[in-house]
Amino acid sequence: MTLNQKDFFAGAIFIVLGLAFGAGALGMELGTAFRMGPGYFPLVLSAILIAIGLAIIVQGIGRSGGTIGSVPWRGLAFILAAPVAFGLAIRGFGLVPSVAAVALLAGFASQRMRVVTALALTIGLTLFCILVFNVGLGLPIRLFGPWLSF
Amino acid sequence: MELLANLGLGLETALTPYNILYCFIGVLLGTLIGVLPGIGPTATIAMLLPITFTLSPVSALIMLAGIYYGAQYGGSTTAILINLPGESSSAVTAIDGYKMARQGRAGPALATAAIGSFFAGTVATLLIALFAPPLTEVALRFGPAEYFSLMVLGLISSVALAHGSVLKAIGMIVLGLMLGLVGTDIYTGTPRFTFGRLELADGLNFVAVAVGVFGLAEILRNLENEKDREVTVQRITNLMPTRADLKAIAQPILRGTLLGSLLGILPGGGHILSSFASYTVEKKLSKTPERFGQGAIEGVAGPESANNAGAQTSFIPMLTLGIPANPVMALMIGAMIIQGITPGPNVATDEPALFWGIIASMWIGNLLLVLLNLPLVGLWVRLLTIPYYLLFPAILAFSCIGVYSINSNAFDLYALTVFGLLGYVLVKLDCEPAPLLLGFVLGPMLEEHLRRAMIISRGDATVFLTRPISLTLLVMAAIVLVIVFLPSIAKKREEVFQEE
Repeated sequence: MTLNQKDFFAGAIFIVLGLAFGAGALGMELGTAFRMGPGYFPLVLSAILIAIGLAIIVQGIGRSGGTIGSVPWRGLAFILAAPVAFGLAIRGFGLVPSVAAVALLAGFASQRMRVVTALALTIGLTLFCILVFNVGLGLPIRLFGPWLSF
Repeated sequence: MELLANLGLGLETALTPYNILYCFIGVLLGTLIGVLPGIGPTATIAMLLPITFTLSPVSALIMLAGIYYGAQYGGSTTAILINLPGESSSAVTAIDGYKMARQGRAGPALATAAIGSFFAGTVATLLIALFAPPLTEVALRFGPAEYFSLMVLGLISSVALAHGSVLKAIGMIVLGLMLGLVGTDIYTGTPRFTFGRLELADGLNFVAVAVGVFGLAEILRNLENEKDREVTVQRITNLMPTRADLKAIAQPILRGTLLGSLLGILPGGGHILSSFASYTVEKKLSKTPERFGQGAIEGVAGPESANNAGAQTSFIPMLTLGIPANPVMALMIGAMIIQGITPGPNVATDEPALFWGIIASMWIGNLLLVLLNLPLVGLWVRLLTIPYYLLFPAILAFSCIGVYSINSNAFDLYALTVFGLLGYVLVKLDCEPAPLLLGFVLGPMLEEHLRRAMIISRGDATVFLTRPISLTLLVMAAIVLVIVFLPSIAKKREEVFQEE
């Protein structure tokens, strides 16, 4: 029996998420069709989602192909780290260090980036963001946060 | 004439220097991202959404709308010149447009695209002005049952128009609906799926979800195979189409406009389908179908008009019913909510200047696009030589600042990361993100109208079938669903989307 990889994983994701939401919905008041409680609609949706997930897997049985292909692991790690770094730094360190961190992390997500280019990009992008968001649009985000003012 | 008075009010609003400026910025940005592959209007508008908070509602919406139709326009420029459609809706234009460019007729091809788009944009703007008010009247008589059925129809048709597997598209919608329910239940105040986090009490941040599944996921996809873009452009010598060209394109432009206007109203990316449909129609009607694919000017004129008309008329359901036809319209609704405007049929009566101002600005924007694009073609193409590894760090930085500035909340950035990953994984598995975002926006509305309808009918579910408008809408939804699953249609549908 051959399974279509893409179909199998897509179906599995829907089923898992359906189960998770369904379990959450069961923990809430369901109510009746007349007066639906907070759990009613989510429970219906999760049942549909699980059914669709199963159907997708069944549909994929016997269909060859559907291999997932290459995954840019390096890019994935750096790109996903960037917003997290921004989130951790923004309140304490302010806009300038946070943007610089994002630019630097993102720069290294590409295999083609060289150190000098990355640094130049970081400086250029940071200056640009200061000009646009602080000077131009006047967003209320401090350039340097409390952790950097001595 | 009420129509003229309304359009007059719209022009008055749209023609203030301030609003012209924002319209210009919008179409300029739109053209830019339309030219650049790897970033589309959805991600851009999502990124810029928080910034529009500092603008007046009219200027904000005029600018965002400009980005949207500007992108359709920019996408066709690169499709013609270097066979690289910046947006999926210009994929068809590349077929004959690029052939024309290779034959040294890039100028007429670009001019045809411009003329077609402008004509279509003008007609579609008039159609919106004509049909929006009566539709609004109808919508005002809608009860919860009608709204529920209408949203079901919208969601189902967005499935029909999504790429790839129908089941996966339905799955994405349901997942989106569910994600939309995260937050406090409006009837009982019960927190749902919040994991006790206060940040989730108001629901998941819409911008974080949109930027994640469209922006971040797209960057990740582009990193899969990094390669240099080779940009060799033929010199553009003569821009003007010949008299014979003009004769050849007149009818395709008319037909494309009509087709695009009709399909654009349908939910779920009608403008993409309309350019394919128009190409097929022109090829079928042509006396010399063998010229298609070899640089037939009709193959540029029809689809270009159709996709611009479709992009324009997709505003109709958003403006009249408050229901988005595609993810971009969902973002426009988000922008209205940020500005404190409740989208729906009341917008036309409560905020006539806003309503008509947006409509009038579309025509002005189309005019600006013609003026902007033809002389600046060389500049746009040169932009393509910017390597991607310099581009995406900027996209990422803007995304982070944009997402953060909505609530000044670091939690939203973690949500952005999670949805970026989820979006990428799902796209890898051939699950399109557009239905998910539509579901996400409609989720709370759908539930609210369902619950309200059931309370009014005292728990009698047949209410959706006994009210005539609601029944009609549901029957239409059922027909669409049946059609999509019919084996012969399903096969045809796969072929259409394969061509992209």
